[in-house]
Amino acid sequence: MPTADEQRLHEHFDATIDRDQRVEPRDWMPEGYRGTLVRQVAQHAHSEIIGMQPEGAWIGRAPSLRRKAILLAKVQDEAGHGLYLYSAAETLGADRGELTGKLVSGRQKYSSIFNYPTLTFADIGVIGWLVDGAAICNQVPLCRSSYGPYARAMVRICKEESFHQRQGYELLLTMMRGTAAQREMVQDAVDRWWWPSLMMFGPPDGDSPNTQQSMAWKIKRHTNDELRQKFVDMTVPQAEVLGVSLPDPELAWNAERGHYDFGEPDWAELKRVISGDGPCNAERVERRRSAHEDGAWVREAAAAHAAKQAARKEAGA
Amino acid sequence: MTERSSWPLYEVFVRGKRGLNHVHVGSLHAADDEMALHNARNLYTRRNEGVSIWVVRAEAITASSPDEKDPLFAPSGDKVYRHPTFYTIPDDVPHM
Repeated sequence: MPTADEQRLHEHFDATIDRDQRVEPRDWMPEGYRGTLVRQVAQHAHSEIIGMQPEGAWIGRAPSLRRKAILLAKVQDEAGHGLYLYSAAETLGADRGELTGKLVSGRQKYSSIFNYPTLTFADIGVIGWLVDGAAICNQVPLCRSSYGPYARAMVRICKEESFHQRQGYELLLTMMRGTAAQREMVQDAVDRWWWPSLMMFGPPDGDSPNTQQSMAWKIKRHTNDELRQKFVDMTVPQAEVLGVSLPDPELAWNAERGHYDFGEPDWAELKRVISGDGPCNAERVERRRSAHEDGAWVREAAAAHAAKQAARKEAGA
Repeated sequence: MTERSSWPLYEVFVRGKRGLNHVHVGSLHAADDEMALHNARNLYTRRNEGVSIWVVRAEAITASSPDEKDPLFAPSGDKVYRHPTFYTIPDDVPHM
């Protein structure tokens, strides 16, 4: 039984959500709201951090200094996005070290998309175009998320994602104007990334049990299927300009609905990849774990240096 | 995995350009003040977002409750005479 005090706090919280106002860190909030947000924000942060790996793999093999500088900036942004989000998660009382611990021990998840390998440099372009394009579809509505620090982090992230998507599309345009082999490389990358990109929006609405509560709390603003449709509608004309085909025989304009019809992604594959059995899951988590452990001496040294400086300052004062 | 917690939390404030106030942009962890400043530059000003940065240990901030119903702000609610619109002035009085 909630106490009268809790009931009053709960009513105030509900009224804030109803008025479309933001919830701020020190406000009272239901434990379910806090827990759902910590899970979602942490999962989002982990995705940014793990997302550095598939593209980072091509920094040393970028075909020109220009492409290398762009890729470095993009991967640095992803580290930044991860940190904005961990910062937001901390305002909910989560501990950054613990979140990393949960990631490397497999207790918290990250986006399924980063468990696919980047086989050619065209993959870098396709990740920018499709994967970051899907991320933008997902993230723009989150700029209006009911939790203030999360919404503000999303505003910063969305501004930067626009560069990510455009550099990818430009890269692909350049390759499409190149040799036949380069055009084949782009088509091959599109064929491999199209379905995993559609899966980024999560399971179909009928199979997404948390969606309803998250939408009531305004943590989430659209359902998975709504966002997936929006992404398909946006992307088809872009594919036409690029001159690539999307690997879906059922893809067709439906004038009655005013949307593109498209085929069903392989949900069994999504389940497999989420539960740890994708092409690169073990490699991604192992890489993150070893980077964290190999960096331990740096963190310890910096802490020791800070303690020494503080002691000196105290002795001098 | 918790040794990171021994790096204190800093809040970061950035002045977007000359003539504007510093505005809170987020937080980060650093071993000391100097590292906090460097990390803030790398994290929050990668695209000319600022000309000046403040970092402050989060524990050094004293804050009011953000709840708008907080009695702290109630006393200003009933003092409408503090606002210019409280005063009726004839329309034909110029420059007011």
